Amino acid sequence: MAELTHLTIAELRDGFRAGDFSAREIAECYNAAVAGARALNAYTVETPDDALAAAAAADAGRGSGDLGPLAGIPLGIKDLFATKGVATTAGSKILGGFKPPYDSFVSANLRQAGAGMLGKLNMDEFAMGSSNETSTYGPVISPWRRAGSNVGLTPGGSSGGSAAAVAAGIAPGVTGTDTGGSIRQPAAFTGICGIKPTYGRCSRWGIVSFASSLDQAGPMAKTVRDCAILLEVMAGFDPRDATSLDLPVPKWEAGLSSNLSGKRVGIPKEYRIDGVPGEINALWDQGIAWLRDAGAEIVEISLPHTRYALPTYYIIAPAEASSNLARYDGVRYGLREEGVKTLDDMYAATRAAGFGPEVKRRIMIGTYVLSAGFYDAYFTKAQKVRALIKRDFAQAFERCDVILTPTAPSAAFGIGEKMSDPLAMYLNDVFAVPASLAGLPAMSVPGGLDSAGLPLGLHLIGPELDEQIVLNAGLAIEERAGFTATAEKWW
Amino acid sequence: MSVSPEQVRHIAKLARIAMSDAELDKLVPELNAIIGWVEQLGEVDTDGIEPLATVVDQKLRLRADVVDDGNIRDDVLANAPDAQHGFFAVPKVIE
Repeated sequence: MAELTHLTIAELRDGFRAGDFSAREIAECYNAAVAGARALNAYTVETPDDALAAAAAADAGRGSGDLGPLAGIPLGIKDLFATKGVATTAGSKILGGFKPPYDSFVSANLRQAGAGMLGKLNMDEFAMGSSNETSTYGPVISPWRRAGSNVGLTPGGSSGGSAAAVAAGIAPGVTGTDTGGSIRQPAAFTGICGIKPTYGRCSRWGIVSFASSLDQAGPMAKTVRDCAILLEVMAGFDPRDATSLDLPVPKWEAGLSSNLSGKRVGIPKEYRIDGVPGEINALWDQGIAWLRDAGAEIVEISLPHTRYALPTYYIIAPAEASSNLARYDGVRYGLREEGVKTLDDMYAATRAAGFGPEVKRRIMIGTYVLSAGFYDAYFTKAQKVRALIKRDFAQAFERCDVILTPTAPSAAFGIGEKMSDPLAMYLNDVFAVPASLAGLPAMSVPGGLDSAGLPLGLHLIGPELDEQIVLNAGLAIEERAGFTATAEKWW
Repeated sequence: MSVSPEQVRHIAKLARIAMSDAELDKLVPELNAIIGWVEQLGEVDTDGIEPLATVVDQKLRLRADVVDDGNIRDDVLANAPDAQHGFFAVPKVIE
């Protein structure tokens, strides 16, 4: 039943309900695919028994008609989500061996809906990275390769294992998290869909914290419809997260429509930046034509503070990270370095041994910008610029209903190509970060292949709480792009 | 502004991360490159702008003043590197 790995979640769901195949067949097929793809290093833990147990419950429930919306669907879970009794390490040595006694809100919702778990997915350490190279488990290798080359490429990051798993057909859908592009950039690099909802849609409870004012969970899958199906289950109010939105979850799947008549699509002139390959801008122009074809009116808009988004992000995110990661002290969970005399020395030795170079760099930056004498000059200043970036979007959405941009300034790059230059790595998220700072829903949808045969993504940004227009515009692109390319199996 | 090796040593101390001199030496130019880059925010006129801390406007909720969890000591301690007698154990703090 290898072809089951080619089906979308909607097709698996409907086929299972129609009796075309059993949940057990789906789970066995995916378990075998996972075990056969270890060369990708996408999973940090495999949980085939979990997938089989959920499948057994789904098969038993099919007779009675008592089925959750994701009955029969096995999923991959990013290693940032707490999963009861299953190692949850955020890709970090400092959380080595940590097995949470509880499930995150999001993963519990998926389980409640009938989904099984195939395993935990590799990621950049504490979600800090754009290439999955900062993981303590080593980099994920993208299933994609440049035409005629066997150079290992990154799947992007931080949700790199998640993206690679969907692209390689070793999970029909996965969870990701997005702090400054960590769902959208890897989705673009691997030719899949991924949506970051409005900040507060998905509870952060049980998600290992990176930068709390930015962190948002979201789904990644083959299609726009699959993302809508998963997001409906993942979202919802949770009193345990103080920033969780107390709002009903819209029926996004039922609301899907690619007819954009009467809708205006904003094209921000500031996103035409120097140094971006011509192919990226050409795809952007193609995306504009597709949305016009779907009935939308195209309007030029201005987001004047766009160029300040990345530096703003690289103050705010490290500042929040330095505070959040203070909890890793060798006392309550994870690694402890022994052989030092004092408590203070134990803290410092544990954190020195447990954090990788990128995490240390960001903790150091964050500690600096929050330290006495620099707080106002850096952190408060960045929060003010963040307010201006949010205002830019609010003003733009007076003139348009959704914004179209490229997702990333390049296609996937080679493993090791950018690790020596943190600033060059940070530029990966130049198009993704502004929507994160403004808390807006945003999605990447595959648009086509570049001349080397690698996927490129288009990026849709919607107004606060309007995931539907993002999904609908994504669907309009998906229908017109006809993106059916998949990575040729080499693993 | 740029940071000196002494400042970086101080930041590492505040962050409770032990660092060798070689690590500190490597980090100084890296941090200076990043700090120099983020300082372009100085160009932005932010007079009269309120700093943004919460991105989606919402009213903070109060929960009922009742105990809604607890009695999970063993769960809390289950992942501790060293737990003794129902407590987290740490190196001796007072001689």
